[in-house]
Parts: sequence; structure tokens; C-alpha cells
Amino acid sequence: MGGGDGGGGDKMAVCIAVIAKENYPLYIRSVPTENELKFHYTVHTSLDVVDEKISAMGKALVDQRELYLGLLYPTEDYKVYGYVTNSKVKFVMVVDSSNTALRDNEIRSMFRKLHNSYTDIMCNPFYNPGDRIHSRAFDNTVNSMMMQVC
Amino acid sequence: MGSGVVHHGLRLSFLLLFSMLFEPFEKDVKLVWDFVSVIFGCGLVCCVFWFFLKLILSSLTQLKHIDLCKKKIGSAELAFEHAAWMSKQFQAFGDLFDEAIKLGLTAIQTQNPGFYYQQAAYYAQERKQLASMLCNHDSSVVYPNPDPLETQTGVLDFYGQRPWRQGILSFDLSDPEKEKLGILALQLKEKNVLHSELIIALLSNAVAQFKKYKCPRMKSHLMVQMGEEYYYAKDYTKALKLLDYVMCEYRSEGWWTLLTSILTTALKCSYLMAQLKDYITYSLELLGRASTLKEDQKSRIEKNLIKVLMNESPDPEPDCDATAVKASQKLWADRVSLAGSNVFTIEVQDFIPFVQCKAKFLAPSFHVDVPVQFDVYLRADCPHPIRFSKLCISFNNQDYNQYCVVEEAYQKSDILEQSSQGTMCLVPGKTRKFTFKFVAKTEDVGKKIEITSVDLILGSESGRCVILNWRGGGGDAASSQEALQAARSFRRRPKLPDNEVHWDSLTIQASTMIISRVPNISVQLRHEPPALTNEMYCLIVTVQSHEETVAKDVKLTAGLKPGQDANLTQKTQVTLRGTDACDESFPALLPDIPVGDLQPGEKLEKPIYIRCGTVGARMFLVYVSYLINTVVEGKEILCKCHRLEHLDRVFADIPFLLMTDILSASPWPLTIVTSQLQLSPSMTPVDQLESYVENVVLQTGESASECFCLRCPPVTNATGVATGCYIISWKRSSPVESVPVVSTVITLPHVIVESIPLHVNADLPSFGRVRESLPVRYHLQNKTNLVQDVEVSVEPSDAFMFSGLKQIRLRILPGTQQEMLYNFYPLMAGYQQLPSLHVNLLRFPNFTNQLLRRFIPTHIFVKPQGRQADDNSIAAA
Repeated sequence: MGGGDGGGGDKMAVCIAVIAKENYPLYIRSVPTENELKFHYTVHTSLDVVDEKISAMGKALVDQRELYLGLLYPTEDYKVYGYVTNSKVKFVMVVDSSNTALRDNEIRSMFRKLHNSYTDIMCNPFYNPGDRIHSRAFDNTVNSMMMQVC
Repeated sequence: MGSGVVHHGLRLSFLLLFSMLFEPFEKDVKLVWDFVSVIFGCGLVCCVFWFFLKLILSSLTQLKHIDLCKKKIGSAELAFEHAAWMSKQFQAFGDLFDEAIKLGLTAIQTQNPGFYYQQAAYYAQERKQLASMLCNHDSSVVYPNPDPLETQTGVLDFYGQRPWRQGILSFDLSDPEKEKLGILALQLKEKNVLHSELIIALLSNAVAQFKKYKCPRMKSHLMVQMGEEYYYAKDYTKALKLLDYVMCEYRSEGWWTLLTSILTTALKCSYLMAQLKDYITYSLELLGRASTLKEDQKSRIEKNLIKVLMNESPDPEPDCDATAVKASQKLWADRVSLAGSNVFTIEVQDFIPFVQCKAKFLAPSFHVDVPVQFDVYLRADCPHPIRFSKLCISFNNQDYNQYCVVEEAYQKSDILEQSSQGTMCLVPGKTRKFTFKFVAKTEDVGKKIEITSVDLILGSESGRCVILNWRGGGGDAASSQEALQAARSFRRRPKLPDNEVHWDSLTIQASTMIISRVPNISVQLRHEPPALTNEMYCLIVTVQSHEETVAKDVKLTAGLKPGQDANLTQKTQVTLRGTDACDESFPALLPDIPVGDLQPGEKLEKPIYIRCGTVGARMFLVYVSYLINTVVEGKEILCKCHRLEHLDRVFADIPFLLMTDILSASPWPLTIVTSQLQLSPSMTPVDQLESYVENVVLQTGESASECFCLRCPPVTNATGVATGCYIISWKRSSPVESVPVVSTVITLPHVIVESIPLHVNADLPSFGRVRESLPVRYHLQNKTNLVQDVEVSVEPSDAFMFSGLKQIRLRILPGTQQEMLYNFYPLMAGYQQLPSLHVNLLRFPNFTNQLLRRFIPTHIFVKPQGRQADDNSIAAA
């Protein structure tokens, strides 16, 4: 049987990235089996959609804003999901298209988990906001969501 | 209504057709191909149809049928055909979509024809890959004869149909030999297809679409792919053009991995074309801090760069086409033998080279008599130490350029030497500091000296020269963001030896001011302000030289400082002789009075007389100039003034207070001899008007106040009534008795007098005590000639209980008053709010409690109830 459904137990992302407000990568991690560069391009191009969604949202009330941006765009092989924090830091997650078991809710909860872990980093007085993220705790959170390679 | 039904019927028929066609799919892999083609002929018809109906989503679902066949590759030897066909499908769909948009369909960012062109390009790339794998026949293999691809009619029924099978409907493949020849023929044909052209065409279609739908990053990505495809197609010029174009986008957004990948391809292109300048530029950046290359790769690139600087050919880049490498080696050899044009200037502010530079003046300003000092910090990020031949700095005043050059001639063979001892060597990771000093020119006094550029020369004139040019005081494409991060950081940096600095903590300071020398001469003014009007006021200027040499040609300029009120210029005269009877013809400023030379230590006194025709503050300027050095000195004079605070309106017949504040703004203490209030006839004093500030001495900034109780009888015109004037007699506080007394007259402001129908005043003690009765008497006075109907109510307060009439309606005859007696009983100590009295006049609805509040107190201080014993002690004390 597949892994437990619901909650953060699923390990399904093939690439997870944290993008700074200025759109440079703070953290990017992909499954080691595949071409890392390809994922960098995928994440980078997905920012087009993120930008568009944010600017569309800018008109809405700030406090009612939904952080989860939903599916950014589907490619033949992957689905790209986005999430943006109130400080305009973006989380991008790439999921294998074949993984149909993954529901929107689960993606949402994965992002929330990621956000919590990111908040922990920001609370670290030794972390300078805007620096690339080097954190074992964050690595572990990301690992728990990544597709495990056997 | 007809068309809707027809459409629906058509749709159902298509769906049925589909399910029937898919049935034999699983049976025979070899024949799958034929089926797939047929199915998609139908599929596309459907798509056209849905688009026609503007049902974009239905159309997209239709396209999903492609997914069904994605995995049905058919014959393995001809797998490229499948990819080609997939590519065609997506392209066709993209075209359809685009057509539909032209006919009025709306597309969005995430759903536009670009995606389908992009997908088509991917399949075209796959096709190319498969073809290169499956069709790499030896050149000895010849095309079969007779041509198995020849058909009788010259046309095929559908794409992918085997020509040699046309017309045969049975499923068995009768002739394996014929099959084999046919496949070979197809493979040889595929070999001649210009795949790159197809791919580039599709990509450029996609680029056009993504540009239209606001996807700049997707567009850049596709352009990178185009560039790479041009590189594979050996069109390096076009490849570089595209890659160069997008590089800055990735650089400005800080995606270093992607930038490095693009730069690597660009470096290959420039190597294969032997484009020196490009080759050097890309190498510089690939060695820099933004590059994500591994150390060994950087090391290889640096060695190549050093070779290029020594006018040698670099080693070929890895993974390059062997024939292309051969051709480029020849080009490089030509470059080596070619003399001249071996100096390359590379402006670094638009990219991130491996040498960083920061220039910093030691101070934001320098006096002209001290040398201007600045440091240039250099730091290399490459793996091996690198030598440079020259460092020079340019300024906005080019005269200084010659003083700021570091140069060292070195042997050509030294360039690879690992020693890092030489001063002209940059050691990776270490910050090098170069200090420069020069004397500023006197004509630059008051001007800014700016570093316009820093040039670092790598290589030598005998080999090749690369001039790295930083605009201003250094910094490149990434340094501003880095400086921002460093500024935000709270990280404590490890302590370094004294002569070393942390690169991040350095800030660029590219300009400094040259200011005049601090004068070594003192100018003192002696005078006794304030000056009085029309007085020949004496100002004694003392000039003393502290210079070590003779101050020659000393000139004094004294008088009213220019730039003040024009009236002051007319009402102020300056002269050197106190006996002069000054009139309007005298100037307000005496320029350049020759004083002669001043020996070291010599002191000179010069009296200057000033006559001021009006009162007011004046700024005087005393300016001494002498040769050798210039001195600017200014002294300013005092002023004095008074301010009165005023009420804006008073009520007829009701006493009010007039308060005057005297504020001394004089730098010297002032003595107020006396003050006097002269009232206008309309005002009457309630009590004696005597001065309370007699002989008061006011220091600077101190103030004195007086308070007078006045009454104003009713007047007919309700506008302003003059109050009168206030006369202050004062003098400078001085032990000398003869100082004259000056009287200053201040006209008091007009007040507006209003009549009110009812005046209320309260009789109450100045404080209350907890749980002791507090009697309050209100007097309601009718000020009109009418009988007044009055409604009086008292609103309770938490702090008091009270007895008395809580609500009453009464009548007051003209000119009489009514008394209301209350007994308040304080419950709490502190500054408490009294129960508030509300009065409502039925005849005068305008009479508000707001107005009433001005006459009666709203709060009272309630003292706590003391203990008995304490009371006794207080009484005793």
C-alpha cells in the first residue's frame, strides 16, 4: 500500500524551493535522480504566474488574502504549486503529474508545514533575512515531503 | 436550435468512433502506429470543432486523448517517428489555438498556445535525440534500391503509414525482408532532417506566445533553449546573441545556477569562434563569486584565461564537437599570430567578475593643506592567485590621475608563478589594500573630488591586456544587494589581524570634498548690544594672527550681511569714523578695507560704527582675508522681542484676565525697569493696575508674566475693541548706571466683545475634603432686559453625593440674579469632576453649556480625610 494518506506523511514533491521577495532563490532542493537544472528552470518560470497572481491579489483586502496560490501551471510531466507569505516570500513545490492521489488539501498542508519551518528559521537571531537558507531542521522538513528515492 | 442538436450528435459520434478505434489497440504492437494516426486525424477534427464552438475546455480534454497514445510507441526502430508525430500534434493544436484566438477566443497566462508549441519543441528535441541514436549508420550503408518508400500514387493515406504496406489490409506482415529495407530507408531519410531548425522554429513560436501572455521568465527559458539549439546546430553567433540577451535577466534576479549554466554554453560558443573579448568576459564571470562551478572547473578556466592573457591558445572546452574544436584551434592559432588589437576594455558594472573592487576616501572631506587619502581594496574569488600589471584610478579632475597608479613590470614567465608575495598579486579570498595619497589643488577648494573609474589591468602589453573598468568607486552587478545584506546582518565577524579587513564591512566612498584650510587667525568682535536706533553703535574688530609667517595683504570686510531684508540695507549705514554724520548715502557694507600686513602674533583693532534706522535684528558680517591662506569668519548680533498671548473674545461686563508674557531672547541679561498697562477708554480695570515685574532681571530665554483683571462694558458694534497698549521699560543689565532705559510699546490685540444673556458664577471653596460637606452656591444673573425662563438641572458625578434642586424651572427678572444652593458631599479623594450644572434658556436656544463651562469650574480637588491625631499635629505646626 502507498504511504498514509492525508497529513504531512506523504512524500511526494520532486522539488521544493523558497524564493525571496526579490525573486532570487533562498533554498532549492530537488530529487537527486533528475536533472537539477531542469527544476531550477521550472521553478524560475513558475514565478511568472506567481507574480501575476500576486498582482491580481494586491487589489483584494490584505487580511483576507489566501496564502496558497494553488496550481501555478501544469506541464506534461509535473504540476507546479505556489504559496506566498505575507512578506512576499514564495514557496514553490513541483509534484510529479502521475501522482494523482495528491489532493489540494494535502498540498496546502504541506505548504503550511513548510511555512512553519520557515518561520522557525526567521526566528533564529543568527539568520539574516535574505541570506540563503542553511538549516538542518528545514532540510528535514523538506526531506519529509520529498519523493524518497530507493 | 438545429445546430446545437447537430453539434451534440456529432460529438457523440466522435466519442463512439474513438472507443471503437481503441479496441484493437492492445492486440498488435506493430500495427498500433497505423491506428494512432487515424485516431488523431479524427481527434484534430474534434479540436477544430470545439474551437469553433469556443469550447476551449472541451478542446483541451480532446487533446488529452494524446495522452492515451503517448506510451504507444510502435516500432522501436522508428521511435523517432512517434516523437515527430507527437510534436506535430502539439504544433497543430498550438496553431489551432492561435487561429481560434485570432477569431476572438481569449487565452490566459496559464493556458495559451505557447505551451503547446513548447511541448511540440520538446518532442522535436526527443525526436532529434532518438534519430541520433537510431540513425547513426555508417557512411557505407547505402539507401536501398529499389526505393521501398516509392508508392504508385506518390502519396500516403496518413502520416506514418508504411508505403510498402499501402493497400494491404491484413494484419500479418508477410515479408520481413521488405519490412527491414523499408525501416532502413526511413532511418536514412530521418538522418537528413534538419532537426535543429524544426526545434528552433517551434521554440520561437512559443517565445512569441509567451511574450504576448506576460511570461518573461518562460520566454527567457525558451530563449536559452533556442540558444542551446543554435549551439548544437553550430550557429554560434546566433547562439551567443540569444544567450547574451537573457543572461542579464538571470543575473539581475540572482539565479546563479542558471546563470552559470548559460555562461558555460556561452563560453563554449566563444571558444569555438575564438571570440577573444567574449571568451575573456565569460571566463571572468565563471570564475567569480556568482558562478556555481566546482573548484576544478574554475581552475581549468583560470588556467585557460592565463594562457589567453599570455597570447596563447586556450585548451578546448569539454564536451565540444571534435570537428568544431579542430576548426576553432586554427582560429586561435590565427589570433595568436595576429598582431595588434590586443587590448580589451571590459566594463564590469553589468556583470560579476572574479575581481571585486571598492574604493574609499578616508574622510568625507579634506582640508586643502592636508593630503587627500584613499584606499582601493581588491579581492579575487578565483581558485589560483592572479597577477595584474597595473592599477590606476581616474578622477573627475584628471590632473590627479597620474598620482594614483600602481605599476610593476614583471617577466612574462612569472605569470604562472604560485608565489603570492609580490605586491601585484591577488590571493584568492584575501583582501588587498592599496593606499594612495595626493595633494589637492587650490582651485578645487569647495569642490568635490570624485573617483570616476578604477582600472585594473590583467596581462601585459606584450601579450594581451585586459582592462577591468569599474565605474565610480567599484562595485558590480551583485554588490548592491550584497551591501544591503551585509548592512542588515547582525552577525559578528571574527577578529582579524590589524592590517586586514572584512570585505563585507567595507563601504564604497567614491567622492570627497576639498575644503579650505582652517584659518590661523582670530577675529574678535567687541560691542555692547543691543544697538539702539539712530545710535552710532560701535563695533570693535580685533584681528590677531597666529600664523607662523607674515599674513600679507590683510583685508577686512565689515557691514550688514548681504541677503537680508532689502529695507535693512537702506536703514543701516556703516562707517569707519564715528564723527561722521551718517545719512542715507553711506553704504551698509564696507568691502575690502586694506589693513596692511600682520606679523606673526600681531594684533590689530579696528572700530566700526553702525547706525541703524529701524528696530529689528541685524546680522553683521566681518570677513578677513589674507594671502597665504583664506579665512572666513562671521559673527552675528542679538535680537530681542516680546510676545503677548491673547484671548480672542471677551464677554461684556464680565471680568476677564489679561495676561502678558515677556520673553527675553537677548543673549545678555535684561532688566525690566517697569511695565505699564495703558487701557483704551472702552476697558476698565477691576482692580489697581500695578506692575509686578519691576526690576526683574531676565536671562536669555527666561520670561516674566503679568496678569490683569479687566472688564469691558457692553458695546454696540460687536467686532473688535482695542484693549490698549503695554509699555515695557528696560535696559541691559550692566553695573554701569548710565545705561539708558528703553521703552518698548506693544499694542495689545483687539478683542471681540460679545454680550451674553445669562451669566453664571459659582461660589465654592478652593478644595473639598472626603465626607465633609461642600457648599456650592451658583449665581444666575440675567443680563438682558427680558424675563428669562430658565431650566436648571444638575447631573450627578460618581465622586459626589449632593443635595439641592436636581431639576427646576424658574424665572429671572431683568437685571436680577437667582441663587441656587447645593450641598456636595465628596466621596473620593483626588481631582474630581463636580456634578455638572446644565442651564437651558428657553428664549436663547444658542446659549449652550459649552459657554457656561467657561464661567464655572468643572473639577475640584478633594483632599483625603485626615486622621484625628494628624489633624492635631497639623494644627500645632
